[in-house]
Amino acid sequence: MSDNSQDISQGGYTTVDGRKIGGVMMEMKNITLRFGGVVAISDISFNIHEGEIRAIIGPNGAGKSSMLNVISGFYNPQEGEVWFHGAKRPNMRPYQVAEQGIARTFQNIALFEGMSVLDNVMTGRLTKMKSGMFAQALWKGKAEQEEFENREVVEKIIDFLEIQAIRKTPVARLPYGLKKRVELARALAAEPKLLLLDEPMAGMNVEEKEDMSRFILDVNDEFGTTIALIEHDMGVVMDLSDRVVVMDYGRKIGDGTPAEVLANQDVIDAYLGVSHD
Amino acid sequence: MSDTFLYGIEVVMNGLMAGVLYALVALGFVLIYKASGIFNYAQGVMALFAALTLVGIMEGQVPFSHLINAIFGTNIHHFGWEVPAILAIFLTMGVMVLFAYLVQRFVFRHLVGQEPIILFMATIGLAYFLEGFGDLMWGSEIKKLDIGLVQGASVWFEDLTSGLGGDGFYGFYIDVLDVTAAVVAVILVVSLTLFSQYSKQGRAMRAVADDHQAALSVGISLNFIWILVWSIAGFVALVAGIMWGAKSGVQFSLSLIALKALPVLMLGGFTSIPGAIVGGLIIGVGEKLFEFMIGPMIGGATEAWFAYVLALVFLVFRPQGLFGDKIIERV
Repeated sequence: MSDNSQDISQGGYTTVDGRKIGGVMMEMKNITLRFGGVVAISDISFNIHEGEIRAIIGPNGAGKSSMLNVISGFYNPQEGEVWFHGAKRPNMRPYQVAEQGIARTFQNIALFEGMSVLDNVMTGRLTKMKSGMFAQALWKGKAEQEEFENREVVEKIIDFLEIQAIRKTPVARLPYGLKKRVELARALAAEPKLLLLDEPMAGMNVEEKEDMSRFILDVNDEFGTTIALIEHDMGVVMDLSDRVVVMDYGRKIGDGTPAEVLANQDVIDAYLGVSHD
Repeated sequence: MSDTFLYGIEVVMNGLMAGVLYALVALGFVLIYKASGIFNYAQGVMALFAALTLVGIMEGQVPFSHLINAIFGTNIHHFGWEVPAILAIFLTMGVMVLFAYLVQRFVFRHLVGQEPIILFMATIGLAYFLEGFGDLMWGSEIKKLDIGLVQGASVWFEDLTSGLGGDGFYGFYIDVLDVTAAVVAVILVVSLTLFSQYSKQGRAMRAVADDHQAALSVGISLNFIWILVWSIAGFVALVAGIMWGAKSGVQFSLSLIALKALPVLMLGGFTSIPGAIVGGLIIGVGEKLFEFMIGPMIGGATEAWFAYVLALVFLVFRPQGLFGDKIIERV
């Protein structure tokens, strides 16, 4: 799959279909997450390279969403380490993780229902706004300048995701597929280094899935954003992702390119069941 | 123009002014409700506490003096200095911010994700705690609050309007303090609305009110926003406390005005800042006018219940209030 490889551990990169895949951006080391007696994630390690699309798949209840929640700081694991850009990350609150440049979407859409699409996407810029509270309250100089600049970025993203027509619509009025797209827009507004998508295509029809796939590829291609996503539709996963982690009952049972993973006997067993004879 | 008609106009004007004071308290409710979904029963007591603290600081009163005297057998009451009003207001604001921090740190941080009714019960507890604490800290006697606001009838306005009626008409009576309160309320509402609609923190406040999870994911610290909201509510309480205190003295019945804010909110909508103002004005005018026109026929004292009955009627026909968010639900 790769042409003209260099040693990525030396800061080089591989080129895949004209996209640059760099060194390790995020590394999960021996993560274990428990809820009381229930082990949601058991001793899992994997990494995410700069610029790649990394998929996490597995049957229901495998611990995929829990893993995404660990990366985004919603859960802190009992054991294991999270390394980001070559440094060990201490336990963090979700807002601190967001400030580090990690944005996410949710399996059950979490939008601000009472606000317009535009306002929703603007909230994605909060981590980029630096002027203090009193400057904001007085609405002067730097704060005003900042608002204009942020507005410009937001409008670009709205154009990019083709949701201009619903800019002023309250989110509560939108159909499901569009809500998913608005949520993606809000995550993109933060100009994240790492974008986490929890089932971006759940509950969509074929046409909507195709649109969303195209947007995900475009985001990765044009902005060079690293993406980690959870998805159930195997066809989509195989088409989109560079590498895949497969989870089952909180354990990792496969890791590799889509082709490698599909040929893995453990993965086939997890998805199709094993005969006990 | 008949004298009754002119008198009616005067009643309306005074109703408007009373309404402004209701609105000031209602505003504090709306702010906290919008940002955290908590109906803050303690808002009225916060106004009382702010006013008590302001008077205490201005007069150089020793806080907890009764307690100190009881324990150590001393007899101290005052430091013997007086603090200028402006400085005292800033110091009181500092106390309200500290209060906001403590409330968040020791009460609401532990109640994240609980049912609204539980949060409501917590604010009732908070209200009684704060009332007792204010008593312990500053004493329970009625105090005069004088920060130099002009009070009494506007002679200018009376002269100006005295020509409208016959010989028996001496012009409209209007209290200058009420006018000041109205101006302050308008400034407060405009600035709060601008802040919540267009500033970074305002947007974060609205985001937190809407969805905690989503707010966290875009990099908002819930704790910071909640402390900010309670501080702003503390500031509004301080303004309301000053206006009410200057008008009728700082006394513990001040906390009961919180109850008058309830019908105001039902009218205006729990989620609307302008709604709190309009609701306050309607209640203020409504109860004064009703007392003036219908009151004498049914034995008077209608001001005690009119607001609540009006709110009840509104609840039946427009549960979200005049300006409240429409309840949209896709099925």
